[in-house]
Amino acid sequence: MWEYTDKVQEHFLNPRNVGEIDKPDGVGDVGSLACGDALKLTLKIEGGKIADAKFKTFGCASAIASSSALTEMVIGKSLEEASKITNEDIANYLGGLPKEKMHCSVMGREALEAAIANYKGLVLPMAQGEVVCECFGVTDLEIIRAIKESHLRSVEEITNFTKAGGGCGKCEEKLRAILQKTVQGEVAQPAAADKPKRMTTLQKVKKIEEVLEREIRPVLKKDGGDIELLDVDGDIVTVAMRGACGTCAKSQTTIKEYVEKKLRELVLESLIVEEGRE
Amino acid sequence: MSGRLVYLDNNATTPIAPEVREAMMPYLTNLYGNPSSMYSFAGEVADGLKKAQASVAALLGATPEEITFTSCGTESDSTAILSAVRTFPEKRHIITTRVEHPAVKNLCENISLFTGHKYRLTQLKVDEKGMLDLAEYEAALSDDTAIASIMWANNETGVIFPIAEMAKMAKKRGILFHTDAVQAVGKIPIDLASLDIDFLSSSGHKLHAPKGVGVLYVKKRTPFTPFLIGGHQERGRRGGTENVASIIALGKASELAATHIGQENSHVRALRDRLEQGLLARIPKAILNGDKDNRLPNTSNISFEYVEGESILLHMNRQGICASSGSACTSGSLEPSHVLRAMGVPFTAAHGSIRFSLSVYNTQEEIDFVLEALPPIIASLRKLSPFWKEGL
Repeated sequence: MWEYTDKVQEHFLNPRNVGEIDKPDGVGDVGSLACGDALKLTLKIEGGKIADAKFKTFGCASAIASSSALTEMVIGKSLEEASKITNEDIANYLGGLPKEKMHCSVMGREALEAAIANYKGLVLPMAQGEVVCECFGVTDLEIIRAIKESHLRSVEEITNFTKAGGGCGKCEEKLRAILQKTVQGEVAQPAAADKPKRMTTLQKVKKIEEVLEREIRPVLKKDGGDIELLDVDGDIVTVAMRGACGTCAKSQTTIKEYVEKKLRELVLESLIVEEGRE
Repeated sequence: MSGRLVYLDNNATTPIAPEVREAMMPYLTNLYGNPSSMYSFAGEVADGLKKAQASVAALLGATPEEITFTSCGTESDSTAILSAVRTFPEKRHIITTRVEHPAVKNLCENISLFTGHKYRLTQLKVDEKGMLDLAEYEAALSDDTAIASIMWANNETGVIFPIAEMAKMAKKRGILFHTDAVQAVGKIPIDLASLDIDFLSSSGHKLHAPKGVGVLYVKKRTPFTPFLIGGHQERGRRGGTENVASIIALGKASELAATHIGQENSHVRALRDRLEQGLLARIPKAILNGDKDNRLPNTSNISFEYVEGESILLHMNRQGICASSGSACTSGSLEPSHVLRAMGVPFTAAHGSIRFSLSVYNTQEEIDFVLEALPPIIASLRKLSPFWKEGL
């Protein structure tokens, strides 16, 4: 059974602002029956402010609660204020959502954006992206946005937030590639501009493990090799080369030219990678 | 919650029968000897196990030597299928269905995957009523087939497959036949002596014994390679000290099941039909899933269009009614039930499917309570649904 907060349950059992506004100024229609959840949000807009909001939702308890919460959050807000609402805000308003259900809050934000765009007569750029997940019709632009906004770091998290990859799973490789590209772009820019980030040892180890697993290991495995993390002491990262890499004459070059460069690029600029002896 | 509990999820698990609890208690207190030990204090325990084995055998129409106790239905499934694969390593083809329980479905898919697709896997289709095409099955049987594994009755819809006939067809081609009968045992009469089934899996907690005990039937003279290798327990067919109290419980539960089987097909069937007909009559756009006639007497799977299953279950839960759903949101995955999708149930209905599964302990009063409680729940959720229009 899902663990829903009291607030989620309360909004599910007594949803606020159910229905459709007659002659609405903005309509946001997202999701579909096939996807298992859908939300129709209608807005009444007066003098740049959201005077009223109503919803109709097909979906589970968290989808209904997220929609109900969304209407309460936007009524009375100016369009500018409302457009700043993120899916995290919706989830926080409800005291949190189970991680597998975060896509319900994303659906809320999407409906709000769609309704505001509809009012302004705009076409949302998100819908123009390239569909990556065909099961749920999720575009690359939506995925990139979720990665950036919610700091997603794995394909599983992308699925929890956007549903992409939750069906047949065929797009998993594409998702991994988008994740890699987006995360690289994110880390590379601020790392160059900002002063070195402070990381706890635990954060550092986790991040190093993650980059090894996601970036480095697959490349080494292509040549029948592998790598193992032995220790992290300050900025000194000790690794052992395995498989074909363990006996390769060029393993030192691989460590310095590839592993160290990658870890510096994606984890911390000051890292030094050394080969360890056990 | 009012304190009332209406339990209609007996395909998930069942309450332990009072007689069963009583039978196992001595083995949780005084009778703690290891059945393998050499003194009469333990011998009494070994005798208890033998008696349980005989009771299970009687329920299945088997001989006691053909019964091996395992830890659960999943272990029995894995043992049977992997035994066939190991016994005939040169045969590289497995036949199963698209609607199997994950215990068989995922195992077969994994055997194929882990061997670099050296195993060919045929997953038989079902039609919109959940029934198999025997011509497709016959065409799939080949000299390369190591085993055919076909469930006796489907856990989600209750649809019963023609196992006797399918086992016979396999036998004719010299192919081993396994059936996952976890849902069928105790609900429909089974006489293994007269059938060509090589392996049958069943589970204790689906028939009023506790969780953690299962049965694997292996027909006499069927080649067998054990899965759990260890001591000489179960005549070398399954290592590991026996789960004595639960095996005793399963023995007692099998005796009860044998006496209840008539009731399953009269009392339980009548309650199920009352529930089903009542709901279909009171709630518009409600659809029965699965073949109406070829079904377990205790199971009813109904889709309520344009609403989502988890929401229905949570509202039912508020009134103490327990059931299951094939909706995506209740499974932790994002897709609705693989069984309903294999049947081609449209998404509008698959997401709103509810499985009711009854037992001999249910009463007409409980069914009438559900008949009153459910229509307003569906109506209130449809009011929220953007796809629902009055008069649809």
